[in-house]
Amino acid sequence: MSTTLTPTTPPAPTGPGGLREIDAHTRGRKRRSLIARYVLTAGMVIALIPLLMIIWTVASNGVGALGWSFFTEIEPPARREGGGYLNGIVGTVYMVSIASLLAIPLGIMAAIYLVEFGHGWLARIIRFFTDVMTGVPSVFVGLFVYAALVRQFRFGTIMGAIGLAIMMLPIVVRSSEEMLKLVPDDMRFASFGLGARRWQTVQKVVLPMAGPGITTGAMLAVARAAGETAVLLLTALGSLQVVTALSGVAQSSITLLIYDGAKQPFDPGKERAWAGALVLMGFVLLLTITARYISSRARR
Amino acid sequence: MSETSSQTRRAPEAATPRIEVADRDRSTDVTTTVRQSTVPSAITEAVFEAKDVSVFYGGTPAVRNIDLKVPKGEITALIGPSGCGKSTMLRTFNRMNDLIPGCTLEGSITYHGEDIYADDIDPAEVRRRIGMVFQKPNPFGISIYDNVAFGPRLHGMKANLDDRVEQALRGAALWDEVKDKLGQPGVALSGGQQQRLCIARAIALEPDVILMDEPASALDPIATLAIEDLMRQLRGQYSIVVVTHNMQQAARVSDRTAFFSVDMEQGVRVGELVEYDLTEKVFTAASDPRTEAYITGRFG
Repeated sequence: MSTTLTPTTPPAPTGPGGLREIDAHTRGRKRRSLIARYVLTAGMVIALIPLLMIIWTVASNGVGALGWSFFTEIEPPARREGGGYLNGIVGTVYMVSIASLLAIPLGIMAAIYLVEFGHGWLARIIRFFTDVMTGVPSVFVGLFVYAALVRQFRFGTIMGAIGLAIMMLPIVVRSSEEMLKLVPDDMRFASFGLGARRWQTVQKVVLPMAGPGITTGAMLAVARAAGETAVLLLTALGSLQVVTALSGVAQSSITLLIYDGAKQPFDPGKERAWAGALVLMGFVLLLTITARYISSRARR
Repeated sequence: MSETSSQTRRAPEAATPRIEVADRDRSTDVTTTVRQSTVPSAITEAVFEAKDVSVFYGGTPAVRNIDLKVPKGEITALIGPSGCGKSTMLRTFNRMNDLIPGCTLEGSITYHGEDIYADDIDPAEVRRRIGMVFQKPNPFGISIYDNVAFGPRLHGMKANLDDRVEQALRGAALWDEVKDKLGQPGVALSGGQQQRLCIARAIALEPDVILMDEPASALDPIATLAIEDLMRQLRGQYSIVVVTHNMQQAARVSDRTAFFSVDMEQGVRVGELVEYDLTEKVFTAASDPRTEAYITGRFG
């Protein structure tokens, strides 16, 4: 090279030895590092305490009323022992399934639009309202569905499902969007470079890569919907019977039964509410673990 | 491409004059061999003809007023300092710039006489005929076989797919290394093998032209030589346009070299084509002082 570099005098090197001779500044750094470590560990432990207490309280209170009959029988009058939450379990599974069928495909499609197709004002508007929707309290969603639909079509399964779907939609959109963005543009360019069209690229390259992450996000949305209460109070209302009708008849859910049971002055009803909470917690835990498993498998 | 033809083409190199070319990567002066031209200086048949092409990113010019004729069956190198727009120019040939939001083009580029930016031209069809190899090897996270079969499958070329995949892998000098593990993921190969896989993936579509954007810059010297050997073998059957930072590489493999430089235009750095001629001429008797300065390592 014809360019010549003129080196400035480098700082004098530290002499050999003296590894144990630490000055005050170094000791300070060491101490601060240690303090930070203890503070963060303590924070983690404190944050864990309520979580463990919830698990312990729900498990110890709920396990008593939990038995085979809990899943096969409907709720008897609050004063009576035995019976179960079959009506609520059916309602939750029914409504969450329909809500998932509505919200997951729609949410994924919206996310694909946002990441792959939309670069204009429409995409900006959708993204803005998705953000707003994420923060809308569930009771508002319930009130909206009540005012817009329930007054006309009566309480029922489909009303509850629509309410849950509205709650799930922003979660699915945002999580799918993040996952699609994680797919490197290199992969898209490779596909386009081979003459693929936009949709072919999405279908054959982007979605297979983002699939596990999208699934994880969808499962967390399902878990969220399964634990939803306020929306259902205003859309499904609750029922003492197993309801198979899609609409016209008020539907039950585990959360609604917990809500009612916990208000009872009678112990058998309260115990069943604890057991319901335990079932719900187990269900959410299962979904979360599955979601984790899927994403960890995909990362390999 | 038969072995003998590539050997006869390589043979005259021994007799070529050796000149001083700065090796930027190692910051030392080394001698390198310039390919003796085996092609006439006049271009008889052009694959591409760029006329007064300017490319803008969001209104800011990146390259300005480029006139460039790319000959059929030869290797054309685009060289120049960082930011001179050589990669931008390369991407105009298969409309990859269309994928960058805010990127616009003025002027015209014809491919065998057809304007590739005409309204009724489908960019996907352009890219199918004009393959591209990127700087960073970007195989899909699928098997070696599926990587190569990706393009043919996109375009419904499903007859004799196995033969096509084998031919492409042989063409990319990768067959012997991967023939027993076609089902393994492409990303498990070494960097150099991945890049040859990307070349195989491109030639599986039997393109007319292969554009290479610094195909060896992410590879070690041995893998680089393998890619250069491969380029020489592909020469003739395919027209190749290669962007490279490595001047020795341009000198070793290309028939013609286009030297781009950066010009300040109202405070904006704009790329321009300084000199375009037979590689031998550009490296031994450059007509523009800037070319000579760059090639001998005095700037850039």
